[in-house]
Amino acid sequence: MPPDGRVRVRFWGTRGSIPVAMTSAEVRRKLIAALMHAAGRTLDTPEKATAFLEREVDFAISHTFGGNSSCVQIVTGSTDYVLCDLGSGARVFGNDLLAARGSSDHTFHVFMSHVHWDHIMGFPFFLPIYTPTNHIRIYGCHAELEEAFRGQHAAPFFPVDFSRLPATIEFVRLEPDRDYEIAGLRVRPKLQRHGGDSYGYRFEANDQVVVYSTDAEHKQDDLAEIKAFAEFFRDADLVIFDSQYSLAEATSIKEDWGHSSNVVGLELCQMAGAKRLCLYHHEPVSDDERIAALLAETRRLEEITRAERRVEILAAYDGMEIAL
Amino acid sequence: MDLMLKRYADTVVLTPMGRIDHSTSEGFKAALAPYMARCARGLDRVLLDFVSVEYISSVGLRVLMLASKQAKSQGGSIGVAALQPAVREIFDISRFTMVLDVFPSVREGLARLSPPALAAFDAA
Repeated sequence: MPPDGRVRVRFWGTRGSIPVAMTSAEVRRKLIAALMHAAGRTLDTPEKATAFLEREVDFAISHTFGGNSSCVQIVTGSTDYVLCDLGSGARVFGNDLLAARGSSDHTFHVFMSHVHWDHIMGFPFFLPIYTPTNHIRIYGCHAELEEAFRGQHAAPFFPVDFSRLPATIEFVRLEPDRDYEIAGLRVRPKLQRHGGDSYGYRFEANDQVVVYSTDAEHKQDDLAEIKAFAEFFRDADLVIFDSQYSLAEATSIKEDWGHSSNVVGLELCQMAGAKRLCLYHHEPVSDDERIAALLAETRRLEEITRAERRVEILAAYDGMEIAL
Repeated sequence: MDLMLKRYADTVVLTPMGRIDHSTSEGFKAALAPYMARCARGLDRVLLDFVSVEYISSVGLRVLMLASKQAKSQGGSIGVAALQPAVREIFDISRFTMVLDVFPSVREGLARLSPPALAAFDAA
């Protein structure tokens, strides 16, 4: 556990479906907006410029939500590393680890929601797999878990076959609705509605709870399912939730596409008594202004629908860290 | 859930009341069903007067979406009118204003759905 005893969650990839990158035009728009905000100011030191950006410029101008696909780290203080999914964000995590802690003698525990491409595509570029003294345990509920990872490394898709990876790589099949003790965490997977199925994970450590629930569609008129998810989210300190679509999209043209909305995420967290809802798996079409607006709207919805307990609303961005 | 009913020419104006959420949505759906069965080309148009609706959750909005789909498949028309400010915000945030016909008032809804219904409303 970290010195203060609080579990931390780090987001390495938060984008849904496919990685995206800002265009030159978008960068230029941000710069112009920031420079206009700064008109008349004397920002002649990095400290002054940083303080100005942090305090006086909207996040959507001064930052970006980022474009890497799903990868979230749960930091428990253990020497082992715990991850959810291996989207393109895993590449950044691997590079960061290499720079900070060296390349060898690491153990990783990775919990896979499912094996759609955006959730596994970071693995071939996750540098720890190329060092023999590293140990990677990949957990999931899908029968085809190992096959998917091996297939992505096979010709003609990738030049290095899985069988030539030097690290020790294991696949561990889990069963939904069972509790496991792994890397100092109590972990429970849950089946979710998604093409080919997906699984959410509830992690508990020292009375702190984080739920990772992405690539999940919820049918609002299936009361049994809604109640089961409210129980899965029960009293969570943080719920990481797939809010890729608007509610209108998820119940009309994108029904049965396997994703959910900010509105349903908030309702489930309110039913569950969860403390924080983190909007996640952002729609690739959405730019930073659109995601910032989604965050503001969800906060407003929470205000006008609040019953007893407030739910804090966050929008995940690549590089964000939350202490539970 | 009881729906107060008024008819103006070829249009029925239905008025639900209170909260439309997990505890009331099935009743709302059942109460709406007979009117949606007749919401078809050459039969009735349906306008929901939301002036007395205090709150609608995602499950209630789903009932509206299903009603809208049914109306379209039958060549009929359905609209929602007179949303309270908080309910209007819920419609905006959920983007239901982009997929349903939402009108500021019953009169404006009738004006769009059916000129004979508007004439009957104004004459009443």
